[in-house]
Amino acid sequence: MKTLGYFPGCSLEGGGIELDLSVRAIAKAAGVDLREIEDWNCCGASAAHSLNHSLAVALPYRVLALAESQGLSEVLAPCAACFSRLKGTQVRLARSPELSQRMQEVVQRPYQGGVRILNINEFMASLLEAGLAQKLTRPLGLKVVAYYGCLLSRGQDIVTGDDAEDPKGMEAAIRAAGCESLPWNCANECCGGGFSMSKTGAVLDLSQAVLDEARAAGADAVVTGCPMCHSNLDMRQMELVKRRRIPGALPILYLSELLGLAAGLEPAALGLDRHFIESRGLVRGGV
Amino acid sequence: MMKTETSTAPAPAAFEPRITAFVCNWCTYAGADLAGTSRLQYASNMRIIKLPCTGRIDPLFVLKAFENGADAVLVSGCHPGDCHYTSGNYHARRRWTLFRKLLALTGIGDDRLFFSWVSAAEGQKFADLVNDVTAKVRKAGPFCAVHPGRRAS
Amino acid sequence: MARIGVFICHCGENIGRTVDCAAVSAAAAKMPGVVVGMDYKYMCSDPGQQMIRKAIIEQKLTGVVVGACSPRMHERTFRAAAAEAGLNPYLLEMANLREHCSWVHSNQAEATQKAIDLVRVMVAKVRRNRPLRPIRVPVEPTALVVGGGIAGIQAALDIAAGGKKVVLVESGPSIGGHMARLSETFPTLDCSQCILTPRMVEAASHPNITLMTYSEVASVEGFVGNFTVTIRRKARYVDPAKCTGCGDCFNKCPIKKIPNEFDAGLGLRRAIYVPFPQAVPNKPVIDAAHCTMLQKGKCGLCAKVCPRGAIDYQDQDRLEKVKVGAVVLATGFQLWDHAAYGEYGGGRLRDVIDGFAFERLASASGPTAGLIKRPSDGKEPKTVVFLQCCGSRDDKVGKKYCSKICCMYTAKHAMLYRHKVHDGRAVVFYMDVRAAGKGYEEFVRRAIEADGAEYVRGRVSRITRRRDGKLVVLGADTLAGRPVTIDADLVVLADAVVPRPGSEKLAQLFGVGYDQDGFYSEAHPKLRPVETAAAGVFLAGACQAPKDIPETVSQASAAAAKVLGLFAKPELEREPVIARVNRTTCAHCRACISACPYGAAKDFDIVDRAGKVLRAVADVNEGLCQGCGTCASVCRSHSVDLDGFTDEQIHAELNAL
Repeated sequence: MKTLGYFPGCSLEGGGIELDLSVRAIAKAAGVDLREIEDWNCCGASAAHSLNHSLAVALPYRVLALAESQGLSEVLAPCAACFSRLKGTQVRLARSPELSQRMQEVVQRPYQGGVRILNINEFMASLLEAGLAQKLTRPLGLKVVAYYGCLLSRGQDIVTGDDAEDPKGMEAAIRAAGCESLPWNCANECCGGGFSMSKTGAVLDLSQAVLDEARAAGADAVVTGCPMCHSNLDMRQMELVKRRRIPGALPILYLSELLGLAAGLEPAALGLDRHFIESRGLVRGGV
Repeated sequence: MMKTETSTAPAPAAFEPRITAFVCNWCTYAGADLAGTSRLQYASNMRIIKLPCTGRIDPLFVLKAFENGADAVLVSGCHPGDCHYTSGNYHARRRWTLFRKLLALTGIGDDRLFFSWVSAAEGQKFADLVNDVTAKVRKAGPFCAVHPGRRAS
Repeated sequence: MARIGVFICHCGENIGRTVDCAAVSAAAAKMPGVVVGMDYKYMCSDPGQQMIRKAIIEQKLTGVVVGACSPRMHERTFRAAAAEAGLNPYLLEMANLREHCSWVHSNQAEATQKAIDLVRVMVAKVRRNRPLRPIRVPVEPTALVVGGGIAGIQAALDIAAGGKKVVLVESGPSIGGHMARLSETFPTLDCSQCILTPRMVEAASHPNITLMTYSEVASVEGFVGNFTVTIRRKARYVDPAKCTGCGDCFNKCPIKKIPNEFDAGLGLRRAIYVPFPQAVPNKPVIDAAHCTMLQKGKCGLCAKVCPRGAIDYQDQDRLEKVKVGAVVLATGFQLWDHAAYGEYGGGRLRDVIDGFAFERLASASGPTAGLIKRPSDGKEPKTVVFLQCCGSRDDKVGKKYCSKICCMYTAKHAMLYRHKVHDGRAVVFYMDVRAAGKGYEEFVRRAIEADGAEYVRGRVSRITRRRDGKLVVLGADTLAGRPVTIDADLVVLADAVVPRPGSEKLAQLFGVGYDQDGFYSEAHPKLRPVETAAAGVFLAGACQAPKDIPETVSQASAAAAKVLGLFAKPELEREPVIARVNRTTCAHCRACISACPYGAAKDFDIVDRAGKVLRAVADVNEGLCQGCGTCASVCRSHSVDLDGFTDEQIHAELNAL
């Protein structure tokens, strides 16, 4: 059994718990052991780097240092924001030996740079390559749009092997789940991100644009890998429906949920019953 | 072992290495000209010997350069495939690979011998190369295998 | 006894500012063998040369070192001066005190010391120089022109008009190149075909021009004056000698749905085709990849309908050798593929087209007969967005350089569009408008002021297709400082100009340099813009850098003039840097023979008077030797040496360091 380091972050213990449930479920199905980093801390998320650069690097540095000392050479960070912070720190450290030196003094832990950070798209791709594809016995036959938002498409040297302006990182996994990935215009548009609380109106406008485009493309569901995007599109969608700004509800699925369904796992085990927008009806024949 | 005994000595602070470069007329010499016309500044430690082609380099020239007090030798010619004489640089590369091993056996190692491709369009690369080689040789210290007396100076 | 004169040039302040020239000439005067050391403000000027000539005569000099600029700049000048004073020109050497010293160092003491070293090295060398004589080789007075676009056509016509033979090689089925695809040309709005097609016909019918279309250069041997070039004549499957160009074959061909490259994929062609009706030669070829007869052995309709029996399915590529004295490379350009821009649809949006596609839409001979119709639904676009610098001036995704022609052709496109669609909107996004050329700025102003093109300064960040088919163009107006959104029906991207695929391989065949973008390198950016580092190979047109038509034609005529100049004399003089074999020490190990890239080193039998072979040795053919010196360095017994770069000279240089 392959062992992979696991960094859940705060989202996966709170609003994004479905992502945690579904990632763990699909990993189990694929025979991958997810080992949570012991004593992990906050990645800094969107708050730290706008306030204090050192703190924004020190927080992920500690996580990386812990992972390395615990013998984890690869770490999965399912949350797109956690991934971006961890990998971004990794990139910055590699570019600047001085920064590494400074962080070592600040955090009082050594880090040699030997940890590889995976985002959810890379994780799914690696599972498929390692044989998960054969276990996806329940093709879903859905038309979906792949929604990357910003954190799974952008960041030079952070998101690698993909085109920031025309991302494709989820395509293979969506096809493997027996779904069609429709071409559409909003794959890397903004969902409103961290303004969910402070400027809800702006988030509603942006999320509506994304949902409108998804519906226009003919999608049955939107597939995402980011808890922030998910919360804006799923939770805030209720508001849009209530105000009749959109004609109906559109399920928002995590990529791991989509693959879990295709692997025949129970929707509840994947956390589908926790969505604001009812998504369980997507599976053929209902649940 | 031998290397540490013969070719490396603690570098005095003001050590200015002498570097001999063998370059071909068509690519690297022209690249060095371009560095000049672009006014790129680089270390003044290198002296260029112009040859028609790196294929002209007799291994003896390199030994001679060391014998005459060079602290390092650079060979630079056209990129593979770009040789003005079709294949001279390939001959040079083959010979160089063997010759390098031979030199390593005598204790003249990688810190004394440099090989690079610089085209006529790569003025910046030439300037960077000279600076890089000079910095490395400065760090490696004077070459004393042939002139042990230089160790003291 | 050596009597060497050393002359140090200040080059105005170029050398004098960082190198103490007086100190260098004083130090030189004390070097062994040196009898004169002088410095002067401008050594290359007439008084400077006079100084050298005078010293040679008065001091009976046996060698001269000029410490000045790069020998690539003025070696010829100074050697000619030495020759005038009666000194063999090869007894003069230059020390490069400018490009290799004063311009790259700022510390005066260091630069001066280096200058002295460089001079000492050259003095040591020149003491061992021997008088040499230039080598004379006969010239084959036929030129090869590679590329049948306007550059190649112009060069071929000019050389032919000068009375010399030309072989014009074109890889496509017809000459004409990109210019034949253009609708109108800036800044006069001449019809491109109207001015080009007469030249195409003239090139084909000129008695001095041999046209080889559907042909490529396969290999090159030899050197200036005496190239042997092997041309691959690609299988046409149609015998041009029998074909009359009647068109029965391509009117009957059942394979109809092949996007026509000539029309930028907007029109369709058959598997047997002429690329456009005005093609020269106007004789079809079969596209083997699409022909069912050639692929599966089924069909054969064209052979059935051909009244002349010109179709030959058994046709094969043939290799043909031509002997030429000079070469003009005119391989042209293509447009960069904007599929790399995901934000502009990654090449998947059908109504986002490149400049050539718009040319074909606007051309009277194009797939829409000159009506502007967008590819997706054939409707007339009412709003067209033109986006300049697509892939140019963008070193992250595209190219670093400015493609030079796009500002002008975009203005022309906007103008043509407004002439054809009076109620249409033409919006041009630009970074800068670079309209430097005769009548160019006036032309752009006309597009804006008289024809109402809306110029917006800024970039476009995204193009998406809305469900109603409109292209939503999201951009910035940096002058107004606000984002702009335009609902467009058609977007025309001014894609960067890049060299043709395979141009690097061709450059390697001819020994021509190219830059990091693949454009061919000229011998000197200012003073030798037509020549290359390979003697006898000249450049014309956009294979060297992005160029518009007038510039291309000028360079083509310049290249022709260079070729005619080369052919003006029956013999060429070559630098006498060649290898020599010392027959008394040669052991005939044949290492040099196997190393020589030119086949110049050969076996040679030493015979007695009776003709009996005494001993075999190696020998070097003067005509073939190019002077690389590889033979000299592989020789185990040091029996091969290179004139101008002898072992003795190089060892002397090293000893002087």
